[in-house]
Amino acid sequence: MSATTAAWIVLAAPLAGALVTGALFRRLPGQLAGWIGTAAIAVSFVFALVTLAALQSHSPGDRELTSTAWTIAGTVKVDARLTILVDPLSVFMICVVAGVSTLIHLYSISYLRGDRGYVRFFSYLNFFVFSMLLLVLAGNFLLLIVGWAFVGAASYMLISFWYRRTTATSAGMKAFVINVVGDVGLVLGTFFIFRHTGTLDFLGTFRAAPHDFASGSGDVTAGCLLLLVGAFAKSAQIPLHTWLPDAMEGPTPVSALIHAATMVTAGVYLIARMHPLFQLAPAAEDVGAIIGCLTLLIAGTIGLAATDLKRVIAYSTMSQIGYMIMGVSVGAYTAGLFHLMTHAFFKALLFMAAGSVISAMGGNQSLDRMSGLRRAMPFTFACFVIGGLALSGVPPFSGYFSKDSILLFLAGRGGWYWILYVAGYLGALLTALYTFRMIFRAFFGEPCPEAVELEHGHLHHPAQPTNPANGEIEDTDVGFPGPDHAIAEREWPMRAAMGGLALLAIVGGIVAIPKTTSWLDNFLAPTFANSTISVHPSNGLLALGLILGAVISLGGIGLAYYIWVLRPSLAPEIAARVPLLTRLFENKWYFDEVIDALVVRPGAWFGRFAQNTVERVFVDGALISGTTGLVRAGSALVRGTQNGLLRVYAGLMLVGLAAVGLYFLLQS
Amino acid sequence: MSIGWYLAVSALIFAIGAGGVLIRRNPLVIFLCLELMLNAANLALIGFSRMWGNGDGQIFAMIVLVVAACEVTVGLGIVVAMHRRRLPVDVDEMRELQG
Repeated sequence: MSATTAAWIVLAAPLAGALVTGALFRRLPGQLAGWIGTAAIAVSFVFALVTLAALQSHSPGDRELTSTAWTIAGTVKVDARLTILVDPLSVFMICVVAGVSTLIHLYSISYLRGDRGYVRFFSYLNFFVFSMLLLVLAGNFLLLIVGWAFVGAASYMLISFWYRRTTATSAGMKAFVINVVGDVGLVLGTFFIFRHTGTLDFLGTFRAAPHDFASGSGDVTAGCLLLLVGAFAKSAQIPLHTWLPDAMEGPTPVSALIHAATMVTAGVYLIARMHPLFQLAPAAEDVGAIIGCLTLLIAGTIGLAATDLKRVIAYSTMSQIGYMIMGVSVGAYTAGLFHLMTHAFFKALLFMAAGSVISAMGGNQSLDRMSGLRRAMPFTFACFVIGGLALSGVPPFSGYFSKDSILLFLAGRGGWYWILYVAGYLGALLTALYTFRMIFRAFFGEPCPEAVELEHGHLHHPAQPTNPANGEIEDTDVGFPGPDHAIAEREWPMRAAMGGLALLAIVGGIVAIPKTTSWLDNFLAPTFANSTISVHPSNGLLALGLILGAVISLGGIGLAYYIWVLRPSLAPEIAARVPLLTRLFENKWYFDEVIDALVVRPGAWFGRFAQNTVERVFVDGALISGTTGLVRAGSALVRGTQNGLLRVYAGLMLVGLAAVGLYFLLQS
Repeated sequence: MSIGWYLAVSALIFAIGAGGVLIRRNPLVIFLCLELMLNAANLALIGFSRMWGNGDGQIFAMIVLVVAACEVTVGLGIVVAMHRRRLPVDVDEMRELQG
C-alpha cells in the first residue's frame, strides 16, 4: 500500500466513525458507540503506522508525497485542490495524534459511561480527531484553513458538551470566538503569502518563497506575524490564551484531547510546517520566541496559585506549549516537535488521572477539598506521579530530554537567546513546583471524607449534583455529567489507556536522547533539511543542560515537598508575605479583566450602538421605512388615475398620443 | 387634387370618431366611432398611396380592415355577453378594474 493511500484511510476512518455514530444517534445501545469511535481512531492509528512504514521505504530525498483527490477551483487559476501532503512532519503528527487519541477514546468509553449524551460525545470526539488529522495532512493553505476551522468548531461543541451548564456554554463561546480571531489571522496571513507566490500549495510556496520574498521584507514578516496570531489563538499563547483554562468546563477526556493531541499543538505544527517562510522573517520568529517565553513563565506562575485541579494542568499545558512555540520559533524544530510528542503522552496521562480523581471526588475539582487520596486510589496516584515526573523533567522520564533539547538549542544560538535559556530553566523550576504542589495537595496529607469513603470500598456520589464551577444545582437532563462516576481503579479501559500512556511517558524520550539516539532527528531531517538555522552546541553545554535540568526539576520537587508536605503552614505565610504577587497570580495576571475592558466591553457597547442607532434609526427608520413610504406615496398619486372609466383611459391615451405627435412635429 | 384635402377629410373623420369614443357611453356606438377612426386612417393611407403612386398604403389599408373586423368580432362578443348576463350596456358602469 502506498503511503498516500494509507494517509487517506487515516483521514477517512475518524470521519466515518463520526458519521456512523452521529447517524445512528439513539440507536446504539450501551457502550457500542464508544467502541465504534475507539475502533475508528484505532484504525486511523494503524494506518498512520502503515504510512510511516511506507514512507520509510522511500529514499530520504523523496519523502514529500502529495495526493490530490480532486481540484476545487482549477478554472480560476487558483490551485485550490483537495491535496494531502505526506512527509515526515505530517506523518509524525498523525502518529502522535491518532495514537494518543486512540487511548483517550478508550478511556472515554468508561469515563463517560453514565452520561446520557454518550453517543453524541463519541461522534464529536471522532470529528475532533478527524479535523486535527485534516489540519496536519493538508497539502495546501486552503485545506489547512478548513482543518483549522473544523478544530475550532469541534472544540466548541465539546467544551459546551454539558450544555445545561451555563459555565460550559459560555466557555465554549469564548473558545470559539478567540479561535476565530486566530482563524482570521491565518486567513489574512495566507493572503499575504499567496499574493506573492501565487500558489496555495505548500511545497510550491516553499519552493517559491526564497525567490519571491527578500529576507525580512515587510510582506513576509506581516504574513508570518498573522500566521502567528493563528498559532497563538490555537495554542493558547498570550494574550489569546484565556479560553484554555475556561475550556476545562468540558468533560475531562476532552481536556486531554485538546491539550495532548488535537488542538493546542496545532500552532506548534503550523510554525514548524511554515518554517521556510518563518526563516525569511526573523522578526516574526523572535516575536514567537518572546511570546512563547512569556507564556511559559506567566502560565507557570498562575499554575502556582490556581486551586482547580484541571486548571492547574491547563496552565501547565500553556506553559509547556510556550516551550514548544519558543523552540520552533528559534529553529529548534525537531526539539519542539519532540517536546510536543512527549508532552502529548504525559499531559494526556495527567488529565486522565485528574479525571479519575475528580470522579472519586464526586465531580469536585477543587484542590482545597482534596487530600490524602494516595491510599484510596493507588493506580491513579502512580499514574499522576509518573505524569508529574515527566512534566517536571526528572531524568530519565521523557520530558527531561525533550525540554532540555529545546533549551540546549537556545543556548547553542547564543546572543540574546541566553535570556530565553535562563527563562526556560526558571519555567522548569515553576513547572516542578506547581506540578508537585498539585500532587502533594491532592494525594498527601490527611484523607478527605471522599477518600475515606473510597478506602471503605464506596465511591462518593453527591446527593444533589452541582456544577463545581459555580455551585448551581445541575439540571439533570441530557446535557450534564451523568450520575455515574468512573475511576481508573475500577474500569479496565481507563486503566489500559493510562497504563499505556504511563509507559510512553516514561520511555518516550528514547527517540532522541542527546548523543545516544537520533531516530527522531533522522526521521524528521528531510522536512527540515532546508533549515538555515543549525547549531552545534558543545559537549560542555550539553552536559551543563542535562545536569541543570535534573537539578532544577529535582530541586523543585524537593522544594514543593518542603512547602506543601513538611511545612503546610509555609505556603499561606509566603502568600501573605507578598500579597501583591499573590493577588496577581490568583487573578491570572488580570488578563481576563484587561481583555474584557479593552475588547469585550467596547465590542458589546458597539454592538448595542449598532443595534439601537444604526439598525433601528438608520436601517429600519431611514432606509426601510423611507423606501416603503416613498413607494406608497408615489403609488397613491398614480392610483387615482386608475379609476376604471374606459373613456378617461381613451382620453388620456389620445392626449398622450397627441402630445407625442406634437413633440415630433416640433422636432422636425 | 392635392393631398391636403384628403388629409383634411381624414382628420375631420378621425376627430369625429375620437370625440364619439370619448363622449358616448353605449359600447355599440363606441365601436362605430372606433370604426370611423380606423377608416379615417385608411383614407389617409390611401391618400398617401396615391400621392406616392405605389400600392403600399393600400395594402396597409387592407390590413387595417382585417384588424378592424377582428376587433369588432371580439367587441360585439363582449357586448352580447353583457346583454346575456343582464348587465347595463354602459361603459361607465363597468369599472371594476380600478386601482
